[in-house]
Formats: sequence, structure tokens, C-alpha cells
Amino acid sequence: MTEQTPQPDPEPSVLDRMRERLVPDGMPSDDRGRMRMVMDSLILHIHPAKVEVSTLKWTYTWGLGGLAGLLMMILGVTGIILINNYTPSAPQAYLDILELNSNVWFGELIRNLHHWSANLLIVVSVLHLIRVFVTGAYRPPRELNWLIGVAMLLLVIGANFTGYLLPWDQLAYWAITVGTSIISYIPLIGNWLSRLILGGPEVGANTLLNFYSMHISFIPLLIFGLMSYHFWRVRKDGGLTLPKKAESTLDVKPERVTTIPHLVRREFVFAIVWIAIILVFAMLVPAPLEGIANPDMSPNPAKAPWYFMGLQELLLHFHPLFGAIILPGFAILAIFLLPFFDINLASVGVYFRSQRGRSLTLLGIGLALIATPIWILLDEYVLNWNAWLPTWDMLISNGLIPLAVILLPLIFLDEWMHKTFQADTEERVLFIAAFLFIAFIVLTVIGIFFRGPGMSLNWPWAMPVH
Amino acid sequence: MSETTFPEKNLSRRDVLKIAWAFLGGVALLETAGVFISYLQPRLAEGEFGSIITAGLVDEFPPNSVTHITNGRLYIVRLGDGGFVSIYHRCTHLGCTVPWDQTAQKFICPCHNSQFDQQGLVENPPAPRPLDMFPVIIENGEVKVDTGTILQRNHTKLHR
Repeated sequence: MTEQTPQPDPEPSVLDRMRERLVPDGMPSDDRGRMRMVMDSLILHIHPAKVEVSTLKWTYTWGLGGLAGLLMMILGVTGIILINNYTPSAPQAYLDILELNSNVWFGELIRNLHHWSANLLIVVSVLHLIRVFVTGAYRPPRELNWLIGVAMLLLVIGANFTGYLLPWDQLAYWAITVGTSIISYIPLIGNWLSRLILGGPEVGANTLLNFYSMHISFIPLLIFGLMSYHFWRVRKDGGLTLPKKAESTLDVKPERVTTIPHLVRREFVFAIVWIAIILVFAMLVPAPLEGIANPDMSPNPAKAPWYFMGLQELLLHFHPLFGAIILPGFAILAIFLLPFFDINLASVGVYFRSQRGRSLTLLGIGLALIATPIWILLDEYVLNWNAWLPTWDMLISNGLIPLAVILLPLIFLDEWMHKTFQADTEERVLFIAAFLFIAFIVLTVIGIFFRGPGMSLNWPWAMPVH
Repeated sequence: MSETTFPEKNLSRRDVLKIAWAFLGGVALLETAGVFISYLQPRLAEGEFGSIITAGLVDEFPPNSVTHITNGRLYIVRLGDGGFVSIYHRCTHLGCTVPWDQTAQKFICPCHNSQFDQQGLVENPPAPRPLDMFPVIIENGEVKVDTGTILQRNHTKLHR
């Protein structure tokens, strides 16, 4: 300890040694060092060392996947903060939210950030899915990543739904009551499953605890695992999809640049801008909170969370077995199976496949925009299968018949596309998907804005107050 | 198929151990899943909704009346002939609490406009079946309801 052997160089300070361990060579100044840094870093390793210049064009992906990742991070951080001020028991949960809004330092801001990020995440996840769909980016070899992405979308909806109950206000209580009642229509196991999820015959103290534990442990863990795998697979599958090059340019090597700084800088700016947008929004718009949950009084109208309003609207027109289980079930199954049917690699990376694909998409959107409101009005005021076929089972009169009325024209249209326009599989998939998706959006918009007391149709600006 | 000698199936000791390990691993996974599910099961407390609830004295319910018993989550309906029906206040469509509309003499659900008559029979869909009932017990002039037994009426046809 006492003897000091003379050193040629002064011993580096503790701080210097720490910095050296964390950033071994400092910030690299040459391309080689920058590539090395990506290769050596766990987090940056999700990127390749070099990327093609054309994939940096941000109007190709709109940064949607990255934004979803950023929102997950915001949700993780704000969520962990919120846990410390929350008791998952009724009625304390509601009082805690009041306390958070009024007495906790920046409590309302944190809650707003969490609330709005969660809602934005659903929108962004769906847009991300649409982007991947319309550019055909789920085709081989990317099928597996598509499946994982769809699974994550379902988990995100699950996380949103379980979080929706936690404030324990009227909005939460009845939205979850309506949302979970849908489950009991699953044939054979529905009643058992609904009791299991609710922890009893109806939404109560056990439901709150079940939802809380799912919301803060099980679902986030699954999402985190799948998300890491999802990012890794993007790289494994060869990065972003790109349009196939024309034959003449095949021998020209695509221009590539180092990930640092070209990609990382863009991501950083993108993240900063979005954090600013979300922060400002959360400061200006408070997350909704109504009166404390009252099991004896359903508000009129009682609505599910907004992302389930399309489903709830469907339930007004169909027997629950069709509206809640069969139609959504088939839709999810079809989304899962898409990459195994739509496999033409020629149009990968091209928005809407082709010129004809673009026209057919527009046609599908236009038809859905016109047909869906007409069908809703017809079903509301004119069609009454129950009254016309009083002795028939409601599964047929209120399920199979309206379904056939909708499906037959769609099948006919699809055949017509095929025969008249020589549309191939990928373009027909595009047409059908555009039609169904826009129809669902129209249902959602009508459910959110046009349904008043007793779920009667009203103009949003002339909504009667109950 | 060409002539190939069918390989003789010899289970080596290693194979047996492999299968045993895989089997045990599978059992362990199933057990974990089972515990997970059983921990979600209803944890009912005594004396809450789910037990036998005293609604009141027989004379408190005049004929042709509908009374909301909120702690039992139910309505006591006394029919014109003096009979008692106990109806679960939860809509059979999507679980909203159905209020009794005195002027319309109907149960009208605020969520999806399902309508039921005094006995809980469907007058207007989307409700797929009549409102559920509980067994009513008349004991010593008191009306009691066993809220632990939910009686479903499963006819799906429209009552008109």
C-alpha cells in the first residue's frame, strides 16, 4: 500500500476505467469501428452492421414497428411507476386513481401517458399489420414473423382490455362486463371460461385481481419475449423487404451504408419527436374517469372499449354465436393463415402489389364505405328475420340468414374480379381484405359515434341525453 | 416401394430415458398450467351473492309488482295470480344490469335494447334466451332466494 512504483503513464482514474469498460474505444470515428460497435452491442445487435440505402426511406415503413416498440417502452416505464400507487381491490382501486389524479406528484400526467400510449399502441399495431400486408412483406421466408406479430397484436389487445378494468369506474366496469360476456358464447367451454376469467359469476373483486395480475405480469412478460424474438427475426429474415430489382440492374450492387449513424440517428430523431408528441397530448387531454363502479346501474348506453365497438355493433345485428365467436374467429384465423396462401414473391415490397391491385383496393374500400351503412340501416329499420320467421331458431334467423345475405354478394364480387379483371389470388386477397377491414372500421365508427341511449342510431351532433 | 429391410425397433436404454424425461417434463408443464388455472378459479365468500338471500315478507310484495333486490342482484316478481318469480337482473345477452321500466311494463336493457316481459321472456332480441331465474323459497312468511343456483331457460325462440 505504501510503496508506489513509478509508472511511465499515470494510472487511469476510476471514472476513466468505468468509461472504458462501458464504451471500450469511445465513439468510433470510422465506418469499421461503427460496424464493430453494432456487432458488439446487445441492443444495437438487432440491426445489421450495414443497411441498404433504399430501406432507409421512411415512407416505406412509416416507422410503425419502431413506434410500437417505443410505445412499449413508455408503457413499461409509466406502468412500473403506476404500480406503486395502486391497490388492486374494490373500492380502493378507484380511490387510488382519484388520489393519483389529485395528490400524487405528476400522477395524472403519468396515468395519461400510460393511457394514451396504450390506445395509440393499438392503432399503431394495426397500421403496422396493414403496412406489412399491403406490401406483401409476410411472404416466405417471413411467415413466422407474421404469426408472431399477429400473436403480439392479440396480446396488446389483451393488455389493453385487462388494463381497462383497473380504474374501477363505471366505464371500466361495464365495458369489461360487456366484453367478458362475449366469452360465454363460446360453445361448450364458454361458461366455464368466463367464470374462470372473472373469478366468479360476474365482474367483482376477484376479476379485478385476476386482471391486475395478468396486466402487470403474464401479458407483459409474453409480449417482451415475443417482441425480442420479433426484432431478431426481422434481421434473420434478411431485413426489410424490398421491391424486386428489374433484370437489368441485377448486377449493380445496392448501395449500403453503416447502421451507425445513418439508421440509428433516424431512429433516435423519430423516437424523440414521438415522445414529444405523446407528452404534449398527455398534458392536454386527460384520460377519462367516470364515477365509481356500480353493479346495480348500467349506464345507458353501455359500451365496450372503443376497439371492441366494431364487435359490439356486429352483436346488434347477429346472434351472439355468430357476432362474437364465429365471425371474429374466422377473421383472426384468416389473418394467421394469410402468408400460407398469398405467396407470390414477385410483388413483395410493392405497395398494393400492382396497378390493378391499387384499383381493386380502392374499389373494395369504396364498396365497403357504401354497403356497410346501407346494410346497418336496412337491418335496423327494415329487416326483421325474427318476426318474419318466428318459429325458426334464432341461430338461423338471426345468424345464418343475415350471414348468407352478406357473404353471397361478396363471393359473387370475388368471382367477378376473377373472371372480368383476371385478378390473381394476391389481388383478390387484397380486394376482400380491403372490403372487410373498411367494413369493420365503419362498424366501429358507427358503434362509437352514432349509437345513443338504448343503442339507437343518432347523429353524433344530435345525441339525446338520457 | 423397393425391398428394404424394416429396421428392427430396438429401444436402447438411452431412448427409454429420453422418453421418460420428456414424459416427466410434460407432466410438470401440465401441473404448472393446472395450478395456474386453479388459482384463477372463483374465490367465493360466505354470505355474499351466491348464498340464500332473504328478500322480505310475502306481504311486502303486492300482486303484479316487480321489486329490485340489489344485494341479491335480482328482481322479485309477484305475478297477478300471487305467484313468485325471482329473476336475475343480468341481461342474457351481454351481462348488463336490466332495469324494470314501470311505464312500459318491461325489462329494457340499456346496452343493446333487449326487452323482456314481466316473467323475463324475450320480447325483443338480441337477447338469445329469457332472463335467468333463481329458486324461490317461501318460509315462515318470508321470501328467500337461493342465488347460488342459476336456472337457465334455454328456449331460443322468440316469445310473442
